Amino acid sequence: MTKTISDLEEIARKCRVEIVKMVHRAQAGHPGGSLSEIDLLAALYATRMRVRPDEPKWGDRDRFILSKGHASPGMYSILAEMGFISHEDLKSYRVLGGVCQGHVDMKWCPGVDFSAGSLGMGLSFGMGCATAARLDGSDRRAFVMIGDGEMQEGSVWEAAMAAAHHELGNLKVILDRNRIQNDDFCEVQMRMFDIPAKWKAFGWNVKEIDGHNMTEVMEGLDFLEAPENCNGPSILIAHTIKGAGISYMENNPSFHGAAPNDEQFHQAMVELGEVDA
Amino acid sequence: MTRMAATRDGYGQALLDLAGNEKVVVLEADLGKSTKSLHFRKAYPDRTISCGIGEQNMLLVGAGMAASGYIPFASTFAIFTERAFEQMRNGVARPNLAVHLCGSHGGTHTGTDGSSAQSIEDLAIFRTLPNVVVMHPCDDVSTRVLTMQLPALGSPSYMRTARNKTPVLYDGREDEIQIGKGIVLKEGNDVAIVACGVLVSESLKAAESLKSEGIHATVVDMHTLKPIDGELIDTIVTQCGALVTAEDHNVIGGLGSAVAEHLVANTLAPLEMVGVPDRFGESGQADEMLEVMQISAHYIALAAKKAISRK
Repeated sequence: MTKTISDLEEIARKCRVEIVKMVHRAQAGHPGGSLSEIDLLAALYATRMRVRPDEPKWGDRDRFILSKGHASPGMYSILAEMGFISHEDLKSYRVLGGVCQGHVDMKWCPGVDFSAGSLGMGLSFGMGCATAARLDGSDRRAFVMIGDGEMQEGSVWEAAMAAAHHELGNLKVILDRNRIQNDDFCEVQMRMFDIPAKWKAFGWNVKEIDGHNMTEVMEGLDFLEAPENCNGPSILIAHTIKGAGISYMENNPSFHGAAPNDEQFHQAMVELGEVDA
Repeated sequence: MTRMAATRDGYGQALLDLAGNEKVVVLEADLGKSTKSLHFRKAYPDRTISCGIGEQNMLLVGAGMAASGYIPFASTFAIFTERAFEQMRNGVARPNLAVHLCGSHGGTHTGTDGSSAQSIEDLAIFRTLPNVVVMHPCDDVSTRVLTMQLPALGSPSYMRTARNKTPVLYDGREDEIQIGKGIVLKEGNDVAIVACGVLVSESLKAAESLKSEGIHATVVDMHTLKPIDGELIDTIVTQCGALVTAEDHNVIGGLGSAVAEHLVANTLAPLEMVGVPDRFGESGQADEMLEVMQISAHYIALAAKKAISRK
């Protein structure tokens, strides 16, 4: 069934509710980057990913690698929405023995393709998945989401150079450009200058979008899938707002890795339309 | 005349021998000529992935391929595998993806490139990673046989090979070689010398010189450091009552430590550890380095006598 823009927006809204519930329940975790990425994940999973939630290890599935693996509540919420895990499983976030480990882990959670949590690793892993797909003669793709602060890791550029050298047209990166990293704004911590130019110079196809405008998100995903962009790796630079959707978290470095208190939680549920003010 | 060969050549041959398995792929970081994966690359270019001079990326490309059903063999110099330690830790060992990493040119025996190229820590650091098998074979035959056993392992591994030629010990003895099982090369009841890599042949030399003094030594090739062959250690403790370990590696954290860890938890016996004395190397010929680092046959024999005196 084809999803409309408003269908996708509603999926993302429901995921936002779960994200805030998870970090509030755990009183720990990373809401900011989960909320900035979630519109992208909602559209990607609901309209593009060739996966089988009832057969998560299906060999010819598209791979998705959340390289910014700390933003796991976002991924868990969309995996629950898609049916890989149950909404009950979301309560296991950061709980001993839970499928929802602090950072996404392929050994613990169905639908997770890589055990991330250490920045700068996912793009290389995705390159391996894309290389394997090519050797198999398969048309499956490897989608990788990276963060903007993550680009300060040198290994990202080892992978960027290698993927372009090998013309991996089945490797698709989405950059969550939310402009905030752990300690402060990226601009303060480490300026990255002209990001699109950097990727172009490394030999990638590049497009920029507003990562919260669902129409633009869909156009961006079209770009990643377009046959003319399958001559080599492509990157969608999604301009996002850290903490998007919750007023007091938006653009606030404090909510990179902090949970809302009870009062803030209630306000978030009001803002997301879950409860009346 | 004893045949001389380098363990890295055994690795290169094993890759060719494994090529019949279409899931075997080779990953390089611009050192295929040195690690000897180049033979595979020439014969099977489609299954060889150049990662440029980028070891961190190489390890995780391997992880992605292993997660997709392939059996990746990645190699570089032992010293540069250390640069990708966290990739090995978080992206390979933690999800238990069967990437097989080979570090060639290990140890001070590497010689004239000097200390920047003489890895003396690799065995120690990879031994600390859960799920990872760690090996350091002593000749080209055992390197080839052990490498060929890796696809059946199903878990990641680190193998150190050496640049320079050493005596070949296992021609015609391929059937004796098995991952995780030490090999008794010589039997004696006074002291047991447990060695790996280039110091196995030095240990045999030491045993010969001890024999001339009426001391009879057992010599074990402990090619697998992890999992360590505890059963064999128990046997030689009972038989000899004193042990020496010998390795071209920092005396901290390598084979000596692995044997000591087993001893303290089981049957105690005097143990003398011959290894690089917690210092960096320098430029020198391979045989010169063994003297400078005090890990040659002469020093192994001295350590054997000291171990016996502590019984």
